Amino acid sequence: MAGSPGERCNGIKLMEVFIAIMVGCLAACGARMLLQRSLFRVLIGLALLAQAANVLVFTAAGLGKGDTAVIGVDAKALAEGHPDPLAQALVLTAIVISFGVLAFCLVLLKRTHRRTADADVDALAQTES
Amino acid sequence: MEPVAITLPILIPMLLSLVAWQLRRHAAASRWFLPAGMAALLAAAVWLFSIINAAPGPIRVDFGGWEKPLGISFKVDLFAAIMVIVAAVIGFAGSLFAVSEIGKIIWRKGYGTFFFLLLAGINGAFLTNDLFNLFVWFEVMLMASFAMLVLGRRKFVFEGATKYVVINMISSFFFLSGLGLLYGKTGQLNLDEIALGLGNAGGDPVILSTAALFLMAFGIKAGVFPLYFWLPPAYPNTGFATAAVFGGLLTKVGVYALFRVFGGAFGFLSDVTGPLFLVVGALTMVTGVLGAASQFHTRRILSFHIVSQIGYIVLGLGLFTQGAFAAAIFYIVHHILVKTNLFLAAGAIASTGRSERLEKLGGLLKGSPLLAFLFLIPALSLGGIPPLSGFFAKFLLLREALREEAYLYTGIALVVGVVTLFSMIKIWGEAFWKETPRPKGIEGYRIMQVVPIAMLGAMTITIGFMVEPLFELSSRAADQLIQSNPLYVETPEE
Repeated sequence: MAGSPGERCNGIKLMEVFIAIMVGCLAACGARMLLQRSLFRVLIGLALLAQAANVLVFTAAGLGKGDTAVIGVDAKALAEGHPDPLAQALVLTAIVISFGVLAFCLVLLKRTHRRTADADVDALAQTES
Repeated sequence: MEPVAITLPILIPMLLSLVAWQLRRHAAASRWFLPAGMAALLAAAVWLFSIINAAPGPIRVDFGGWEKPLGISFKVDLFAAIMVIVAAVIGFAGSLFAVSEIGKIIWRKGYGTFFFLLLAGINGAFLTNDLFNLFVWFEVMLMASFAMLVLGRRKFVFEGATKYVVINMISSFFFLSGLGLLYGKTGQLNLDEIALGLGNAGGDPVILSTAALFLMAFGIKAGVFPLYFWLPPAYPNTGFATAAVFGGLLTKVGVYALFRVFGGAFGFLSDVTGPLFLVVGALTMVTGVLGAASQFHTRRILSFHIVSQIGYIVLGLGLFTQGAFAAAIFYIVHHILVKTNLFLAAGAIASTGRSERLEKLGGLLKGSPLLAFLFLIPALSLGGIPPLSGFFAKFLLLREALREEAYLYTGIALVVGVVTLFSMIKIWGEAFWKETPRPKGIEGYRIMQVVPIAMLGAMTITIGFMVEPLFELSSRAADQLIQSNPLYVETPEE
């Protein structure tokens, strides 16, 4: 597995530690919001979780220093030390997907809210029996 | 020809979904286009299966000639080919039922389009060999299922759908985080390459946390204990054809992913995951079947039985032998056919007896003996009565459990089987046997509702009489599955 993104950074990079902590904070806030009673806070929680996952994928592949993953005008290949372009492609796809699902979820919660005239999670309990 | 055969099960429903969208305003055309398209999909699936069955091993296709790690590759082994066929059968049966059940307004809103997209997503998830691609197919499948769920427009459908959507987004979060970490560690997304890369990565903390994240993600989708609570509210509140296809296929896609990942690439963790799956499987069986016993609503009973049957399949994964995998694959096929059939039968019962609540049903044995007979086939099969498919599925699985000396789990599975039979008899006694509580008597059902039920019932009986060739087939599928385990070569089974 020579040259895999994981092994490119053997020493601990400070920025990755910071971003890892940030991902943890995002996920924790998301989880906290999911546990709230209001359906719209649940939605915000889902959005935060989606963002946490996106940043995690981005960071896990390794952060390059300074360069962008774009091939220069004269060059034939990416310069040394570039960040992993595949991880960026993955994150782009994931952002599009999570945006679509969140949009659907927003409409769904609005309809649920209108039908039950209540934005509390207890309004969902009647499906249980 | 192989790349064509492998892409057709995805390409056909994707293209037909566009045609279905154009046809949606024509009342008759939009209805009949759906089963016609599903028949085409079934033909493509059979073609793919015949190719894979004749081939010596799995067939791999790298799209666009891109090399790893950039390219997306599909790898089709027998397990995948079997699942694609079963999905097409269920799509066909469900669409036949939908022809008579779904109202004009819902067809105009694009029911057929979403039905096709659902099958495209399911087939993509079966065929792909790339983890991120699997994530994308999951999302395709989920978006289509979200739309189909709320199009049903029944009472409480939004409440059920909210739970379903929210829990599935959480599952997507786990899956995406897991594959991000795994990609960072191995630099690969391809399951084969990951298996090779992981072969000697035993107790690495990143790999273990990835495994835990995947376990959560697929466990939610599969509906195992304690992650199944979204399922019983969601399925009974939508249309019957929709619920039948969901009940048959969606959770099984999660189970399939569990087998692919934990039976294949992550197979080296079997010392940890094996006992875990055994416990989870047993708890899933017990809680599911007890949940079903406490319900008095046909589809709610059946929804809890999905959970309980998933437990048997996960038990097969937990035993982690070639024989157990073979039995589990056999079980999945049996379970998908029977469960869809029961949901369709519940639809016919509801349109005949005009209710889904057992206390309001009754007299259907006199009113429609054909329906009673057709309900009895999948019901007894689910309960494990010979010579139907369910008996052999349970027998093969429990034989393997006894061989592995898992006596406790065998006992639990047997007791759960008896309680399952009790639930089925409850539906039978209340809906068919007792006198109808309605003074006006019962309605008739439509002939198009009975056709798919009879078709699936015939398949259940056929499986019962063709156990040996089918088990031989699932044995070969299990061989191919277990060979994708990186440790397989070093410690072969017996």
